Order: sequence, then C-alpha cells, then structure tokens
Amino acid sequence: MKNVRWLGLGLSILVPTVAMASTLETVQNRDSVRCGVNAAQPGFSSLDDDDQYRGLDTDVCRAIAAAALGDATKVDFVPLDSVERFTALQSGEVDVLSRTTTWTSSRDTTLGMHFTGVSYYDGQAFMVASDLGVQSAKELDGAAVCTQSGTTSELNLSDYFRVNGMTYDPVVFDAPEQSIAGFEAGRCDVLSSDASQLYAQRMQLSDPDMAVVLPEIISKEPLGPAVRQGDDQWFNIVKWSLFAMLNAEELGVSQENVDEQRESEDPDVMRLLGKDGNFGEAMGIEADWAYQIVKQVGNYADMYDRNVGAGSEFNIARGLNGLWNDGGIQYAPPIR
Amino acid sequence: MSVSPNTRPVGQKPPFWRDRAKRALIFQLLLVAAVAAFLLYIVGNTQDNLSARGITTGFGFLGNTAGFGIVQSLIDYSSQSTYGRTFLVGLLNTLLVGGLGVVAATFIGFIVGIARLSPNWLLARLATAYIETFRNIPLLLQIFFWYYAVLRTLPSARDSLAFGEVIFLNVRGLYLPEPLFESGFGLIPATFIVAIIASIALVIWNRRRHEATGKRLPAYWISFALIFGLPLLVMFATGVPITWDVPELRGFNFRGGITVIPEFLALWLALSIYTASFIAEIVRSGIQAISHGQTEAAQALSLPRNLVLRLVVIPQALRVIIPPLTSQYLNLIKNSSLATAIGYPDLVSVFAGTTLNQTGQAIEVIAMTMAVYLTISLLVSMFMNWFNARVALVER
Repeated sequence: MKNVRWLGLGLSILVPTVAMASTLETVQNRDSVRCGVNAAQPGFSSLDDDDQYRGLDTDVCRAIAAAALGDATKVDFVPLDSVERFTALQSGEVDVLSRTTTWTSSRDTTLGMHFTGVSYYDGQAFMVASDLGVQSAKELDGAAVCTQSGTTSELNLSDYFRVNGMTYDPVVFDAPEQSIAGFEAGRCDVLSSDASQLYAQRMQLSDPDMAVVLPEIISKEPLGPAVRQGDDQWFNIVKWSLFAMLNAEELGVSQENVDEQRESEDPDVMRLLGKDGNFGEAMGIEADWAYQIVKQVGNYADMYDRNVGAGSEFNIARGLNGLWNDGGIQYAPPIR
Repeated sequence: MSVSPNTRPVGQKPPFWRDRAKRALIFQLLLVAAVAAFLLYIVGNTQDNLSARGITTGFGFLGNTAGFGIVQSLIDYSSQSTYGRTFLVGLLNTLLVGGLGVVAATFIGFIVGIARLSPNWLLARLATAYIETFRNIPLLLQIFFWYYAVLRTLPSARDSLAFGEVIFLNVRGLYLPEPLFESGFGLIPATFIVAIIASIALVIWNRRRHEATGKRLPAYWISFALIFGLPLLVMFATGVPITWDVPELRGFNFRGGITVIPEFLALWLALSIYTASFIAEIVRSGIQAISHGQTEAAQALSLPRNLVLRLVVIPQALRVIIPPLTSQYLNLIKNSSLATAIGYPDLVSVFAGTTLNQTGQAIEVIAMTMAVYLTISLLVSMFMNWFNARVALVER
C-alpha cells in the first residue's frame, strides 16, 4: 500500500504539466470559480456580518461565475496579500485575480498574465492627519509615508517625491490593515494608496475626522481583473462578463427590470440577453450568460452603487467611472 | 553419496555483482545519475512551463531600476538604484540585525546562564524566570509584542521623550547624535591600531617570560589601558577633533543624527532576548558538565577563584558550549527573516517581498534569497567549527 502511494507521488512529479485542461473545463468540473481577492478592503472586498464577501471586486467574481456556471454563488474567494497575488494566479491557485490590481505594461507582458478590462478607474492620493494642517501634497517634504509592499503606489510615491525635489521615509507593510494601523499609531505622517482605498480606510479609523485625503491625484490606476496567459477562451469569458455589465447599464437593463427587458424588441437588448444570436456558444458557455449576470449580480451601476457609490457608506461619485455617454470613460464594445 | 562443495576454483575472481565493494559503487553511481537526471528534468520542466505561460525568466532584471524607496540602508541607495542594489541593501540589513543580535544574545545569554548558577537565591530564580518565560513564547509573538505593544505606544515626534536634549525617542524610532570627524581625526584610529599591535606583542612576550622565569606582569590590564588610554590621550592632545550632529525636530520629523527605526529595535530586541534564553541554558549546562572534582583539585592547588574559572572550568566548558551555540547563532540569523511581519527592510522583506512582486521573477528571487541564507549559515558554521577546534581540549 505504502509503495503504491510513493509510486503515485513519483508519477505526479514526473508527468509534465504542459498538457493542462482549459480553465473553463477546470471550473466546470470543480463547479466553482476560484477568485483571488483582498482580505479586507471595504468597498472592494471585505467580509460582512454574515461572513460573506462584499464589494466591487467580489461582485466581478460573482458575475464571472454567473456567466461560466449560471450561478453567481459558486465562487471560492481566496484572500491574497499584495505580495502573493501574482504567484497565486501564475501557479493556478486562482482562476482569476480581482484584487484592486493596477493594469500596467510590465504586469501585462512579463508576469504571464492578461488584464481583461477596467472595473474601476482609480488614482493614487495621500491621506494625512488633520492636525498637521497640510493643504497640499507639495508640503510633504521629509514626511514618513506608509504604503503597501509590492504595489504601484510604492513606485509612484518615489517618482512623485523625486520629481518634486522632496524626500520621504517609506514605511512599507504587507497588508492594508497594517498600514492603517501604522498611520493611526503615528508611525507615519501620510498614508498613500489608491484614492478609493483611502476613503474606505479613513472610515476604518476610530475617528474618521482625524484624517483628510489631499486633493492631488498623482497617478493613473486602472484596476481590473486579470487571468493567466494562454487560455483565450477563459480570457474572453472574464473580459465579456465585465463588458456585459457595462452594456446592460448603457441599454437600461438592470437587476430590477431584467425579466421585463427579456421581452424587449430592442435588437441590442435581445442580443445581450441571449434572445437573438448565440454569443455564449462561441465562448463555450450558455446563451443566457449575460442575463444570468444581470439577474444575479446586476449591471455596472447596480454593482457600483451597492458597493462604493450612493448606496454605500462611502458614497463615491461615479466620476471617471460613469458611462462614456454620461461624463465618464467607462465604455464597453458592443455585443453583436 | 558425496556432496560436491559449492565453491569456485581457487584463483578465479567472483563476478562483479557478488563483490560487495563493487556492488556498492555501482548503486551509488546509479543513485547519483538518477538524482542528476531528476534535477535536470525539474529545471527543464520549469523552464518549459514558464515560457509556455509567457513568464520572463533570467537574471537580467537585476540591472533594472528599482523605483521604490527603502527606509534604512547602510549603503547609498535611492529609488533610481537597481534591483541588484536592493538585494545588497536587504542583505546588509539582514547582516546588521543578525550580527548585532548575535552579539547581544551572547552577552545576555552568558550573564543569565551564569546568574542561574549563582548561590544568590533571588538572582538564580530571576534568571530561571527569564529563561522559562522567553524560551516558551513564540518568537513572532515577541516581535509583535515589542513592536505593537511597546514601541507603538511611544509619544509622537512632537512629544518625544528627550534624554539630555541630544537623544530622542518617539514612535518613529530612536534618534542619536552622529559623530562627525574633523581633519586630524585620522591620528586616533592610527593610535588605536598601534596600541592593539603593542598589546598583542606584550601578551606574547609576557607568556614566554612566564614560561621561562615564572614571573609575570598583569599583561591584560596593561593592554586594556593601552588600547583605550592611548587613543583618548591623543584625542585630548589634538583638541577633540569631533563634532556631534544632534538630531532636531524640523518639519514632520527629526533630521540629522542617526535614526534607529522602531522596526529594527523591535526585531533586534526580540531576537536577542529570545535567543539569549537558549544560550543561557547552553552556558549553564556547559559549566555544570565540568565535574566538581576539577574545581576542587584546582582549589587544592590554592589557585585563586578567577584563575580556577579561567584556566580550568571555562576552557573545558567552552568545548561543551560551542557546538550548540553555533546552532543558536544560525537560528537567530534565519529567524531574522520574520522581519517582514513588521516591515523591517531585511532581505526577505525588500528582495523576496517587494522586488519579487515588482518584477514577478519568483523563482530567481527566491533561489537567490535561499542561497544567501545557506551561504551565511555555512560561513558561520565554518567559523564556529574552526573556533571549536581551537579551544578543543588538547589531550596529552
């Protein structure tokens, strides 16, 4: 018996892993999508009182599960810190990474991953203690700055201070909880991260009024889901799950009215909801994939309002994340 | 019926598979070949899979600009430096906390270990309490204790604890004055080196004279006075060519002087205190391993107490102490990688953390980091083995 086990171990090491099943097959066999998310990032991914993950990033995962499996609840959330996230995706521990990750050229080209779109347009900002009386980021010369290890924030920060002829002491932690704790204890004067995260972290302070977010935005931070390279079918499913949510908002199809809209004669709506054509089949999934997304998760506006917008405690204006025909830059290619 | 004996004709060699030595050699060769083939296969398979997944490989990234800041570095470093430089900065920070940790742990460990054998009841019990407390709490918790429970509760920069208006302690760390050397200072280290050479010569001369004539000078005390007295004398003679850069509060933080960041303090304290509790036990066991008869015999020769310790007990105890002491040093250096939990910029935090994440070169970065710890550990072992051989009992 023991020998048999050893033989199995030997074989599992020796068999090359090049011939892998497609991600969609793996997901369907497992009957769940493994999605890498933040452990505690209110608004994007954090546990609610019922131990359920809530947030924009986690809703993107649910939309992918609704498209691929027809059931938005079939998601295994894998909490990852900023240092683990890429290795977890590369090694196949997660099927998709939806963890406030900035789309950059080096990540797209050297890490063996592809970003599939932008779920949230963000930018890096600074939060300082109110009693310092600082009005602008240009006054931060010599400050100690808390930030997270291995993020684009860490890089933008050093560029910004160098370009403006200022110095700073970087205080670098692995997790956002640690950097907010360091800021609150006075280890650093400034907390720097994406603006959306700063607003959420400010709410976590024991007294949110003790800190202000400075107006300067020092970088472009397009956040979006990412998948492994080399599986175009899965890449398409993840990419079009997000596009479907944006198209649904643009066409006025929401979680509330999606069943009525199913009877619509509008050809764009009919194509979106799978009444006309079969765009799901080309991706290896059901024809009503987009209907399932909108029905179970909602369109982009539903998702935004619920997690970070007017329906949440953060109340962040749509801004750049508004639709292209509504003052923002969110624009999805058409489904046809 | 006769049974023919089952033996070969004399003089004919047995076939090679019946020869135990040859058989062993063949099996060993087969094993080496199998291991080599396996390693080659693993490397090849890894490379195939990495390129199949579009992940860049190689060490070219070490020449790229890092683009991030590091709060503590012993060499010149800016965000414009390369990833190769971040490796060096992290390595030096690891060596700094490891080296200072070894020194402090040895110092505390010897004192506590000897205190535990003290005839003074209170002292011995205090030493026991120290050992049993710090040895039995996980190191990571102790690091968190020093960092979050002790150093995080210090006042902010503006309400710093000041010691004589030159040393400041606050939540950002410990600020010390930094000596700045003026011209003419070079004479002082030069005198220091001369004093050391003179002391070594004195000790050797004294030993020869002692063996030849039985007379001896208090050579160690004279050396001590030479090494510390001469440079001091020169310093005052040249009019104290040192100025002190005293830290002062400007803007957000103290500027000037030397900053000891709280991450370093917490890690150094935790590593030293934790490892010292093990070293104390090693020292105690080493001393107790020397049979009491040795001490009694030495006393019977009416040797004074300090000579009994120095010439009889300690040389024999060191023989017992050094091998386990080596493993404690290695443990301390390896445990310093827990730095990443509180953000001290050591090799694991800066290189296997940030650099790995910014470049995505997981295999190269982790391999380099492991090689560094392996090299440091082997070097420490080599040195300690050499030292052990030096102090080993020479049997006559």
